[in-house]
This record gives sequence, C-alpha cells and structure tokens, in this order.
Amino acid sequence: MIVRILGEGQYELDEAEAAQLAPLDLELDAAVDRDDESAFRTTLGNAVRLVRSVGTPLPPDELAASDLILPSLDASVDEVRKLLAEDGIHLG
Amino acid sequence: MSVMKRVSLIFRAKANKALDRMEDPRETLDYSYQQQVEMLTRVRRGVADVATSRKRVELQMNSLQKEVTRRENQARDALGKGREDLARAALQNKASLQGQLNDLQGQYAQLQDQEEKLTLASQRLQAKVDAFRTKKETIKATYTAAEAQTRINEAFSGISEEMGDIGLAIQRAEDKTAQMQARAGAIDELLASGALEDHVGGQQDQIQAELDAIGAGSDIDRELAQMKGELSANAPRQIEANANGGSGAAETTQAAEQPQAGDGS
Repeated sequence: MIVRILGEGQYELDEAEAAQLAPLDLELDAAVDRDDESAFRTTLGNAVRLVRSVGTPLPPDELAASDLILPSLDASVDEVRKLLAEDGIHLG
Repeated sequence: MSVMKRVSLIFRAKANKALDRMEDPRETLDYSYQQQVEMLTRVRRGVADVATSRKRVELQMNSLQKEVTRRENQARDALGKGREDLARAALQNKASLQGQLNDLQGQYAQLQDQEEKLTLASQRLQAKVDAFRTKKETIKATYTAAEAQTRINEAFSGISEEMGDIGLAIQRAEDKTAQMQARAGAIDELLASGALEDHVGGQQDQIQAELDAIGAGSDIDRELAQMKGELSANAPRQIEANANGGSGAAETTQAAEQPQAGDGS
C-alpha cells in the first residue's frame, strides 16, 4: 500500500504495517468530526511518525498514485476540512 | 470513510477530471508535461522567495542584536555615572528588544524549515518529471491511442498527486512568507524610526541623549579646568610680552579677564 505524507513524499507499507495505521486513521477521523484540535494533532503526529518509521520511501522517480494521503505534520483541523472540501487542491 | 482515504480520493478525482477533458489521451501527456515544467519553475521560485524572506529576517536579527548590546552598554555606562534611573530604562528597553529578537528567531526557524521542505519537494518533482518525460515518449512511440489510455492514466495520476502536494506546499510557504513580510515591515519601520537607532539630525533616543549630556557636561568641566590652568601658567609671561610690544595688547586684556569670568561661574 502506498501512503503519502503531504509535503514529505510517498512510502510503501506492507499489509501488517498498514494494519497498524488503520486505528490511527479512525482516531483522526473522529478528531476531525469532533473538531478536537489537540487530539487531531497528537494522532496526526503518531500516524506520520509511524509511516516514516515502518514505511519504505518510494523512489522519487516512481509515478504512482497513493492509496492513503496523510496531511502534513503541522496541519490543523481547519486545513484538513479545506482539503476535504476539495477547494484546497489544484493540480496545476 | 477515513480522512486519509478521503484525501487520496479527492486527489484522484481531480486527476480524473483533468484527464476527462482531453480528447486524445496522448495529447494529455504533452499538456501535462508542460504543466509539470511550469510547476517546477513555481516551486523553485517559491524556494527563492522563502530564502529572500529568511535573509531579511536574518538581517533584522543582526540589527536587533546590535541594539540589545547597545542598550546593555548604555545601562552599564549609566550605572557608572550614578544614574540608576537611566540604567533601568535602558534595561527595560533591552528586554522589549530581546522579546522581538526571540520572536524573530522562532520565525527564522520556521522559514528555514519551509525552505528545506520546498527544496526537497522540488527535487522530488524534478525526479518525477524526468520519469514522466521518459514514459511519455515510450507511450507515444509504442501504443495506439486506445492502448495508451491505461498507461497514461497511471502516469498521470501519479504525477498529478505530486503536483497537488507541491501546490499545497508552495501555498503554505507563500502564506508563511506573507505573514513574515508584514512583521518584518513593522520591525524595519521601528528600526528606521529612530526608536532603536540614532540618526544624525534625527530623533535621538532619550537615554543616549541624557548619557551624552552627562558625558558632555563632564567634558566641558574638564576643558574649563584645563583652560584655567593654562591661563594662570601663561598670564605672567603674557604680561611681560605685552610690555615689550604694542600689538598683543587686546589679547592680553582678554586673557587677563577670562580667569575672573571663569572664577565667577
């Protein structure tokens, strides 16, 4: 599975590694729904660190779309809302 | 559905929408490549902009550091002259400058971080753009329009995601730089207003003015004492000289009067 951390690049995770990420993804989702900034930041930090530590960086010349995309480490709930509202992304 | 999945789907949907606009899939390749090259230019300009901001903050940090040191010296100078009130004022001033300096140091670190991230992003994009160009030529040479479609989709969504990511990174860097510029402008004004720096003929800072006055006062006393000493030593000889010739008469009279004026003050 390919996971991108926005602003950092892509990582390849095997199934077991991806399974570790799944609960964090759910927590992240709940934090956004509750508008819980501090829980969001803690979980996002944990998720980003997990992907960095267990994942293998994808070679930069690999052209592959990611299965999961994590906001950048310093993103706020608000920024993620904008991303999800589709108005924050322009593909050039 | 999870946040991470939703974000990835949004990126993919954007890529698909762009693909759908193209009639001939091979046309997509050239068009996209052109956009990638533009994006590379944008990200490099972004790196340069952040670097410019960082350098400006660095210059301001140096100016503020000088002011902090100057206030500290003023405080020491004032204490030496027995003016604790001025020393206190100088230290208060120093504390507020130090606060601004600390703030700038934090911003400087953030800019450095942005610059580093954008530099890495531009290297990643460069690698992907090079890969895309190779793939594009292979696809165009080898496949018919129909066959090319799947391969083009893969390559296109991969590069689109990178472009979207980098677009966001540039946006963040621009926001950060704009914030910084607003603050930097305020500090530049402060530095230029004379509130922090002495300018000849401009508004001089009050602490320095008072310290200078104390300094100038004692200089004048010293000079006066020296003149008095010179005059009393020279007076007998000048009177003698006067007795020998008429031209020095006016000078001698003045010289003779001055010690009296000095004594009276």
